[in-house]
Amino acid sequence: MSKLLEVKDLKVSFNTFNGEVQAVRGVSFDLNKGETIAIVGESGSGKSVTSNAIMQLLPKPHGYVKGGEILFEGEDLVKKSTSEMRKIRGKDISMVFQDPMTSLNPTMKIGTQIMEGLIKHQKMSKEHAKKRAIELLDLVGIPQPEVRMKQYPHQFSGGMRQRVVVAISLACNPKILIADEPTTALDVTIQAQILELMKDIQKKTESAIIFITHDLGVVANVADRVAVMYAGKVVEIGTTDDIFYNPKHPYTWGLLGSMPTLDSAEEELFAIPGSPPDMTNPPQGDAFAARNKFALEIDKVMEPPMFKVSDTHYAATWLLHEDAPKIEPPASVQLRMQGFANTGNKVGDQ
Amino acid sequence: MVRYIMRRVFYMLITLFIIATFSFFLMKLMPGSPLSAEDKLSEEQKQIVLEKYGLDEPVPVQYIKYLGGLVQGDLGISFHFDNTPVSKILMDRLGPSLQLGAQSLIFGSLLGILLGLVAAVFHNGALDYTSTIVAVLGTSIPSFVFAGLLQWVFAVELGWFPVALWGSFEHTVLPTIALMIYPMATAARFTRTEMIEVMGSNYITTARAKGLKESEIVFKHGLRNSLIPLITVMGPMAVGLMTGTLVIEQIFAVPGIGEQFVTSIMINDYPTIMGTTLLFSIMFVVIILIIDLLYVVIDPRIRLTGGES
Amino acid sequence: MAEKEKYNSQDVPKDLLVPVKESEKDSERISGPSRTFLQDARRTFLKNKIAMLSVFVLLVIVLFSIIGPGMNEHGLDDQDLTRAKMPPRVAALENISWLGFDGTLSDEFEGNDVEQATQKAVQRYDNNEDFVDVEVLTEGDGSRNSAEVKATYHIYEAKDMQDEYFWLGTDTLGRDQWTRIWLGTRVSLAIGVIAALIDLVIGVAYGGISAFYGGRVDSVMQRIIEVLIGIPNLVIIILMILVLQPGMLSIIIALTITGWIGMARIVRGEVLKLKNQEFVLAARTLGTSNGKIILKHLVPNISGIIIITTMFTIPGAIFFEAFLSFIGIGIVPPDASLGTLINTGFENLRLYPYLLVYPAILISVIMIGFNLIADGLRDAFDPKMHK
Repeated sequence: MSKLLEVKDLKVSFNTFNGEVQAVRGVSFDLNKGETIAIVGESGSGKSVTSNAIMQLLPKPHGYVKGGEILFEGEDLVKKSTSEMRKIRGKDISMVFQDPMTSLNPTMKIGTQIMEGLIKHQKMSKEHAKKRAIELLDLVGIPQPEVRMKQYPHQFSGGMRQRVVVAISLACNPKILIADEPTTALDVTIQAQILELMKDIQKKTESAIIFITHDLGVVANVADRVAVMYAGKVVEIGTTDDIFYNPKHPYTWGLLGSMPTLDSAEEELFAIPGSPPDMTNPPQGDAFAARNKFALEIDKVMEPPMFKVSDTHYAATWLLHEDAPKIEPPASVQLRMQGFANTGNKVGDQ
Repeated sequence: MVRYIMRRVFYMLITLFIIATFSFFLMKLMPGSPLSAEDKLSEEQKQIVLEKYGLDEPVPVQYIKYLGGLVQGDLGISFHFDNTPVSKILMDRLGPSLQLGAQSLIFGSLLGILLGLVAAVFHNGALDYTSTIVAVLGTSIPSFVFAGLLQWVFAVELGWFPVALWGSFEHTVLPTIALMIYPMATAARFTRTEMIEVMGSNYITTARAKGLKESEIVFKHGLRNSLIPLITVMGPMAVGLMTGTLVIEQIFAVPGIGEQFVTSIMINDYPTIMGTTLLFSIMFVVIILIIDLLYVVIDPRIRLTGGES
Repeated sequence: MAEKEKYNSQDVPKDLLVPVKESEKDSERISGPSRTFLQDARRTFLKNKIAMLSVFVLLVIVLFSIIGPGMNEHGLDDQDLTRAKMPPRVAALENISWLGFDGTLSDEFEGNDVEQATQKAVQRYDNNEDFVDVEVLTEGDGSRNSAEVKATYHIYEAKDMQDEYFWLGTDTLGRDQWTRIWLGTRVSLAIGVIAALIDLVIGVAYGGISAFYGGRVDSVMQRIIEVLIGIPNLVIIILMILVLQPGMLSIIIALTITGWIGMARIVRGEVLKLKNQEFVLAARTLGTSNGKIILKHLVPNISGIIIITTMFTIPGAIFFEAFLSFIGIGIVPPDASLGTLINTGFENLRLYPYLLVYPAILISVIMIGFNLIADGLRDAFDPKMHK
């Protein structure tokens, strides 16, 4: 498998009235062709900023890439000019946004909004683009696409709108599809439909997907690999099996532990106390230390490096140091991990 | 939709009826009659004059006749310009006023939209500040002060345009500029605020993610969505224009409705005052109705859900 | 994942690889002091330099409208035709001629030759040859209007009033313009503020009742508004003025007779919006009385928009007063307002521009000031603008 996208030590900052906010502080991961990687974290962990940086859609002039590289097929997107970037956006890399209610232009017909990208990138004729748009609407499961083409967003339900957004992002057969919390704003039943749709489409188009979410339940369902982000850094990365059956970082434990499951009625949820740190002034050492039940003294002075767990699995916590006290995940999380294994909640395929 | 229009027209008629009634009885309360200027008349002559204006009958009868006349477009006879029906006086003077109003509304709003657009696109830049200053000055400085300045500089001192009166296109330039400042400033302010908000919305990000050019985003996605709410301020703009015509026409001696109105107030020509009042009101309610309908037609969200807002 | 290689195990202080004691954790610490919404709004407003400058300028204008007329011995209606149309003259500034406070009239005159042009100038200036300085601009060649002279008329000396100082000159009836301008400002400001306050009271009461009680009450009150809104305020104001005795009171009545409608609609809209919000429903659920809900929840939340609307109403009312006075149906002489002064100024624009310039500047500054303050307040009450 060849590397389609490589993010290397990416740093993104925002200038605000309170000073520089270091939203992303050195994120590295890669993405192979046809693969789905999930980026998981709380709000404010920098996951959306990372995706916007890949698209080079950081809000100007406040947001900027401070360092690092984003290599797409070997070329650094950070160094691309605006017009070069425009040729990539929507064509090679496209994006599905969180809120389907506001991400469509309310005064433009659905069909036109889908056709725009086709005419732009594929130099299609209007007629041709119309045909393709109808195909796309059909592909994302919108009935009567010919009629729907001529309608406006407010005539669609939330789930249907998100299907339209997916159709727009798929228009030019992108190599990478970034989905920024595509199901968060939707009802649970609709969420499942959209997830199914995306998996289905991936099989057909072989696009790679970067799936951004705060919901581990969704991750188990769709991702091949998972990167857990905290305070602008990747704290643990591995295959979905690694993260669910053998999590190493206390933050990942927290995320898994705070996820209710069907049989969690008698169990205690393992909550993470407090809230994420202020990114204008990131704490010294491990940013998670203040909220970490298992924090070590060293966390306050030194940032943990990425420790290798296996060839696919890395985590940034001092607990993995050979001299560190051996700490097992809390009982409730262990139970949960076992649960995942036992119920055969096999990851990736269903 | 049809029901909506019917309802609106019904309210419109009630409003006009109230204005007509109100102005009729107010005028009855007023001191002065067509006779006051002609004191020396004999009783018989007075009787003739009163009969001519229908003032010899009891007030309720006068009122009914007045309303009956209105329905047929008869606004009565002027006290001053003998035997001239008010409707004729107004028709004769409608042309210049409409021309001035239309010119200043069109140029004013186009220029205003452009200013607002530039300000929003170059948000926080020098152009933004310039256009904001223009907008604040334009909405603040009274139109008659501005008209005086224009007249002084471009007509009296520089002699580029005629000082006053009506005739060629040159005559319309200064009054049009004086009148269009207010709609221009209002449109500029409004467009800027709306545009900045729209350009920060999610669907603009979607458009960017499609790889569209910034200019395509501004014009195809941004502008249309910013201009729809602009229709709502067209009503106040029209009122501003009407108020403006009164003084602007006076300053530049334009033979329009506004100048006529001020003159009839000065000489207590009640039938003409009432007629003008009614004409202004009709224009106003019709403009408001058109604006509301325009809004329904242009914004797909309202059109198809049947008045969701 | 590049870092994984960089880390060198020698550097790690192994003695620190021990768990942290529970007590030392401070994860629940709240950073930064908390501020209420109004404190935030006030802070934002005070930081707005343009708005603060406007407040300062308006305060100065208000101050002068109070003390200005008393600063010299001239009265509002001291008519004296012998000293009519005197140009501005200020003691300390009279030697700096370009400021226009040196108490002279000057203009350029054309003639076939210098002599004719001079003659025209002298004629124009009361035939007081002794007090007219002539400066030749163009000699001329005898053809029509080829010569040009600049004449300066020392009118104070000519009228033997060297000791008089009319700071902003006198009007056509010899009344001191300074006194009249500040008295006029007083009238204009008073009309603006009073009209805005009346609009506020009626509008808030009407809109509030309509929205709070809802149902049939609201329905009837809204139908009334729907009819009234169709009446152009210009028409109603002019009709009212014609019927009432002209003067300040009539103007205020005329301005407020339909002026409150805007406020009523805004207040109704806001109350309707708030009424169904969770925090009001929560208060209801907890059994809070209507009065308390209005006082504790509704009033604080709509006060911002009420203040902003009022601040925009004031310049509107000042403009309308000036407008009415300008077309001749506002304030009646000998009382003055900025509108009447501008009107007089227009009549004498060509010969005595100073009669128009000062009241025109003053009213513009007042209008700009109020609009900028209102803008500043709007920003201050907008949570998005809080920094």
